[in-house]
Amino acid sequence: MYGIEHREVSNSRGKRPHEEPEDEDDEEENERGKEAWERTYADERSWESLQEDESGLLRPIDDKALHHAHYRRRLRSISSAETAARIQKGLIRYLYIVIDFSKAAAEMDYRPSRMAVVAKHVEAFIREFFDQNPLSQIGIVIIKGGIAHCLTELGGSPESHIKALTSKLECSGDASLQNALELIDSFLNQIPSYGHREALILYSALSTCDPGDIMETIKKCKSSKIRCSIIGLSAEMFICKHICQETGGSYSVALDESHLKELMLDPAPPPPAIADYAISNLIKMGFPQRSAEGVIAICSCHKEAKVGGYSCPRCKARICDLPTECRICGLTLVSSPHLARSYHHLFPITPFNEVAASQRSRQRVPQTCFGCQQSLLNPGSISSLCVTCPKCQRYFCLDCDIYIHESLHNCPGCESVRNSKSVRG
Amino acid sequence: MSPPPPLSKLYSDDVSLIVLLLDTNPYFWTAASNPSSPLSFSTFLSNVLSFLNSILLLNQLNQIVVIATGYNSCGYVYDSSLSSLSKMTQSSGNGVLPGFCEELLGNLEGFLEKDEKLSSEESVDGVPASVLSGSLSMALCYIQHIFRSGPLHPQPRILCLHGSPDGPEQYVSVMNAIFSAQRSMVPIDACIIGSQHSAFLQQASYITGGVYLKPPLLEGLFQYLSTVFAIDLHSRNFLQLPKPVGVDFRASCFCHKNTIDMGYICSVCLSIFCKHQKECTTCGSVFGQSQAASVSDRKRKDPQE
Repeated sequence: MYGIEHREVSNSRGKRPHEEPEDEDDEEENERGKEAWERTYADERSWESLQEDESGLLRPIDDKALHHAHYRRRLRSISSAETAARIQKGLIRYLYIVIDFSKAAAEMDYRPSRMAVVAKHVEAFIREFFDQNPLSQIGIVIIKGGIAHCLTELGGSPESHIKALTSKLECSGDASLQNALELIDSFLNQIPSYGHREALILYSALSTCDPGDIMETIKKCKSSKIRCSIIGLSAEMFICKHICQETGGSYSVALDESHLKELMLDPAPPPPAIADYAISNLIKMGFPQRSAEGVIAICSCHKEAKVGGYSCPRCKARICDLPTECRICGLTLVSSPHLARSYHHLFPITPFNEVAASQRSRQRVPQTCFGCQQSLLNPGSISSLCVTCPKCQRYFCLDCDIYIHESLHNCPGCESVRNSKSVRG
Repeated sequence: MSPPPPLSKLYSDDVSLIVLLLDTNPYFWTAASNPSSPLSFSTFLSNVLSFLNSILLLNQLNQIVVIATGYNSCGYVYDSSLSSLSKMTQSSGNGVLPGFCEELLGNLEGFLEKDEKLSSEESVDGVPASVLSGSLSMALCYIQHIFRSGPLHPQPRILCLHGSPDGPEQYVSVMNAIFSAQRSMVPIDACIIGSQHSAFLQQASYITGGVYLKPPLLEGLFQYLSTVFAIDLHSRNFLQLPKPVGVDFRASCFCHKNTIDMGYICSVCLSIFCKHQKECTTCGSVFGQSQAASVSDRKRKDPQE
């Protein structure tokens, strides 16, 4: 009875009273819809996040401070491992994304279906990956009907991968981890020795149908120095955990869509390099100049006559876009901004220190944030609302802190002082 | 005070926020103020103030923020959203300048005094670079705040009035700022008031989609500013603005600082070399051997050389 009343309430919101024949269809939809929103309330329990102060009145939830605390925890866990030993990072990466398109991907627990959500997040990941690692390459492998096959080969252009991925989204059959790993192993053995070999597997199924012994395959991957990370969409599986432990990757299972989004963006920045996994080498690269404006030539990538573009310094072939590999002579062609995109991984800025409310009066905190000139004083809030750079002693607000560490990678305080320039190479 | 009009009707496409980065490097301006040069600091300032006034006239919701790029430091000089309405519409004492100029000039003078006090005693040859990376970073932090302030906000852009040469030690920081501006879709415009082109600002305008201009006749600076840089971002689609002229994206080698067409890149730290070497001078990795995982390995290798 309670359920029927709710159905009527949700129907009446948008419906006119005389639309009777559509009632049955609406009822079916609302059957499923009721489960989804009821499930949301059952899972989230938003009433539990309200807080009371001493006199029993509801306190407004300090979202900003919670968000910032969560962000700081992440930052601390990342930077404590790295800055302690100044671990080098693998900047030239060859990553294979393995997407599970078995029948488990048609599940509707992610709206509209698992594979649509996965495709959307993979697209965002690819863009973010090429933004942070312009010299790296990605390939996509699909598991469908028990067989793994290659959707796109290793390449450096995000558009071709995204186009291939979104053009056909269909799923069937079983998933096979061993076939996927065998395929990746055969492809990644062909890449140069200075590249870091990685695989990111998005696994929705709860089982794997393998033609042979998957432990042998895992040993093979480990000796080929491929680092496999897995993101599970349904539940934790032993075999996935074993693969990640053996190869040095990370295994995580997504709880909901926003968690999946967060997990998908985690592998985008370069991971710390495992010792002996890649041989350091000098790679010959070319820095092409733009061709003269108005000169038409046939480009070597599309075989069409085009205006503008770049010319390879070794063989003078015309190419449209950078970074790429020259089709004629095989020289890797980049421009200096592509190299500069990776420099912030090599020269990270130190995390800022929180200023507790009790220290504020002692340290003589200024009135405004140094970066955005917004007021740092917020009466009535207990949590600390500013951070300070350990090097230049300037004070910043929480939003500037997040922006500086996630996007800008420059401390405005350190940059505005001439003498601290010697820190950067 | 009458109730403010509904903002949604006033926030049309052409409301802009301009963050002006003013180069106040004293070494540059002393070199520029010889009699043969067309622009002295005072004429420059009068051009800039008229330009700022014209921006404020174009739309009542336009905002300007001025950040001074000094030699030792950089700082906020003026923020139009903080000035009260009455102060801006009043004129200053002699009735010649608009009201906000007094505040701007007063703050600028205070900033220049502080900047001078920070100088060390050592002598300087030629014209050194100003702290462009600092002012770009501060401008971007301010713009991020504007983005967070709600759904109705002006379209921000950065205009750099720069004359000092580029400082190579700022390369990494300036590139970080440029990429961050590109991600937030904030164009960086540049108007060069010195005698040399600035490679940093050419790359900045190219990558972020801004306009780069080096006016051939600096006496008419106000005309260049008001015809090229005063227009809001939405209307730029309909105008024929100066096109980028052959931006040079070649890199310089770390060993000799020459620009090279082809070079060798260390796979660990991405340093650029012009000749094949056995060892990377930046990170110490020996080529052909497996990569060291920590700095302590590097120290161990050095005594063997």
